[in-house]
Amino acid sequence: MSDETFEPKIVGFMCNWCSYTASDLAGTARMKHAPNVRIIRVMCSGRVDPTFVLKAFSLGADAVLIAGCHPGDCHYQNQNYKTIRRHAMLKYILPQMGIEPERIRLVWASAAEGQILADAIDKLSEDVRKLGPLRWADNWEENGERLEALESIVKEHEEAMEVQP
Amino acid sequence: MIAPKDETRIGVYVCHCGTNISAVIDVEALAEFARGLPQVALARDYKYMCSDPGQELIKQDIVDKKLNRIVVAACSPLLHEATFRRVAEDAGLNPFLVQMANIREQVAWVTDDPVDALAKAKAHVAAAVRRVSKHEPLERRSVDVTPRVLVVGGGIAGIQASLTLAEAGKEVILVEREPSIGGHMSMFDKTFPTLDCAACILTPKMTAVKDERNIRLLTYSEIESVEGAVGNYKVKVRRKARYISEEKCVGCMACIDQCVFTKPKFPNEYDQGLGLRKPVYMPFPQAVPPVPIIDPETCLQLSKGKCKQNCVEACGERGAVLLDQEDTIEEFEVGAIIVATGFKAFDPSVMPYYGYGRLPNVYTSLEVERLVNAAGPTGGKLVLRDGSVPKRVVIVHCVGSRDKNYHTYCSRVCCMYSLKLAHLVKEKTDAEIYNCYIDMRTSGKGFEEFYNRVQDEGVHFIRGKVGDISLVPPENGEQSNRMTIQVDDTLLGKVRNFDVDMVILAVGLEPQPDTDDVRRMFGMSCSTEGFFLEKHPKLAPVNTANDGVFLAGVCQGVKDIPDTVAQADAAAAKALALIDRGTFELEPNTAVIDEDNCSGCRICNNLCPYDAIEYDEEKEVSRVIPELCKGCGTCVAACPAGVITGVHFTNDQIFAEIEGMLFDAMPDLLAV
Repeated sequence: MSDETFEPKIVGFMCNWCSYTASDLAGTARMKHAPNVRIIRVMCSGRVDPTFVLKAFSLGADAVLIAGCHPGDCHYQNQNYKTIRRHAMLKYILPQMGIEPERIRLVWASAAEGQILADAIDKLSEDVRKLGPLRWADNWEENGERLEALESIVKEHEEAMEVQP
Repeated sequence: MIAPKDETRIGVYVCHCGTNISAVIDVEALAEFARGLPQVALARDYKYMCSDPGQELIKQDIVDKKLNRIVVAACSPLLHEATFRRVAEDAGLNPFLVQMANIREQVAWVTDDPVDALAKAKAHVAAAVRRVSKHEPLERRSVDVTPRVLVVGGGIAGIQASLTLAEAGKEVILVEREPSIGGHMSMFDKTFPTLDCAACILTPKMTAVKDERNIRLLTYSEIESVEGAVGNYKVKVRRKARYISEEKCVGCMACIDQCVFTKPKFPNEYDQGLGLRKPVYMPFPQAVPPVPIIDPETCLQLSKGKCKQNCVEACGERGAVLLDQEDTIEEFEVGAIIVATGFKAFDPSVMPYYGYGRLPNVYTSLEVERLVNAAGPTGGKLVLRDGSVPKRVVIVHCVGSRDKNYHTYCSRVCCMYSLKLAHLVKEKTDAEIYNCYIDMRTSGKGFEEFYNRVQDEGVHFIRGKVGDISLVPPENGEQSNRMTIQVDDTLLGKVRNFDVDMVILAVGLEPQPDTDDVRRMFGMSCSTEGFFLEKHPKLAPVNTANDGVFLAGVCQGVKDIPDTVAQADAAAAKALALIDRGTFELEPNTAVIDEDNCSGCRICNNLCPYDAIEYDEEKEVSRVIPELCKGCGTCVAACPAGVITGVHFTNDQIFAEIEGMLFDAMPDLLAV
């Protein structure tokens, strides 16, 4: 796939109260934006388990967007602060797994901010288009070395367990 | 109810939504794609899924084709999820076995290219299909609703809503932060376009509030905190010290007469600072409750601790003056809340070119309302600060409205109140009156007729924005307060200058300065201009994102008195519908902890803002209290052992959704 034709596939997690409503508003107001973000509704951005993000990358997502209510405006008081923490953690661990930290993005959009969300989607799509495809799963295509490493982990683990009474 | 069979049979329904969806998305291709997805028994496309025949189609298929899962690819679930859940229920299927794919708001309406749109729509459908196969039948929880309503704000909106609810026999707690109810309407002299006397139509309603047994009126009080959820809110109200007992006072006003200040000395806030009051005062003659108030900042005893306390003596045995009174907190339980907190008039002192606050004869429209009001500081005489009667008056329209530097929106009421003030000023002074307007907007009932009448009365209209207001240069060494108006007359196509001796700035309406705090307290959002956001601009105009909280009046958006009263009654009806039914059905999406596998690490305990997770010391496990859980799912995402289930938002369901969304990314990775 050449870079000219590359269109990133992005999974977006949006909270029911602010950002998903903002996304609907962008639609009602016909604010056209990039079609790259596919939207999953959660009740709160605090529901976004970091494993959801890793799952998306492992299935071929080129980026993940998390959108929530503005800090201080969370429908569940302050659960989006937990999202901030998890986002910071993901930013830290993704590079260790061979994923550019730019591929995860957290944005805030209130229920009235359809344009802000649409712009954020355009920006992320544009930025990831420049980064190119991820195809993270290709990193662990079956080969001898990887199997050997895996087996040694299992072996180490078993040995460690044997010491326990 | 049909128990889900072993075999999952999903029906997928692709809506054309007239041409809203089908103009951009190839709906037939989308249905064909759905047919190829795992566990899909049938897929159809139809012009309007939400129509009666559309709904009937699904019901028939559930029965005839033995479907046990439904996916509707149409508009946003926030719009029609309830509709299609009901359809499933009617056909004997658990309503939670339905999933919507949002292909209208999030695809068709935001995507130009049909190829892109189809690809994104396929992802949304694939995600919904994979997700719905993991759905479980669920039961809604029902909560009892406290049959009592809190109304916040005692302007005309709050008054109307309270009276309507009281009329229905419901208990109302009406909280107003000023010493009297009445709000902005009580400051006006006449109301457009009928020229009804504002006091004559408002005062009876204010008195009715006082006399209504079902209404508990708390003036000079503010909401301290709101806890709980729809049906059962716990509200704390701070009753600020008034220093005069509402229970004991009979409104004789002897305390005011006998105050050591023999003459009023301090600006009266209610008269926009144009009139004066004593430290102990009645805000205005028709105030409800008819009880004076003592201002602690200007009262000598309260501010300096030194005064003869004539007021206490004047009250005598009645003992209503309580100079040692303190704020108290009262608690109430209510089932519904109506927010009617009104607006603030735009402050034009931020526009230096209009000279407000600098030039003595530049007034805001609200100040002029007080000047023409018989109960106002001049007893209804329209005179300038030096006591003279103006001969030439200009009304500057759109001050703070339709101006990208301040508010871009139209405040809706200014054109009409400007016409009203033009009529009143003309009537009282026979002055020449000029209206400088951008557009005249007179679209209400009887409005255009009133506009014609005021034109016939000889009021002048100049189409153009006023650019500058400055003092006329001194003549014979004497500086007068006359002003030169510079206006770009767009009909003549030239800049005009003329002199006037009074300027009325038709200021717009803006959100209250503490809107953000109020919004957070009641769990609402604001629209971009800063007014409270309704749940749906057309179909749920008084509802909010918080199920038990309703909106009335200008706090939701600019509107005039008739619209405010209509909306207040609408909010009252909605609140009544909620509390009169007695129960409210909650979504079942709470968190549930699998106690057998909980290690008791207590990570989840501190994450819950509602204290809905308790720790069982004996069993050393955590447990969710379903009545308190609001279903955000944060604890679910945090559990290191993965033993908390977010009902209807389980890991499996969301994983399935992710798989569907990425159906075309690396397809070989997806197990069918």
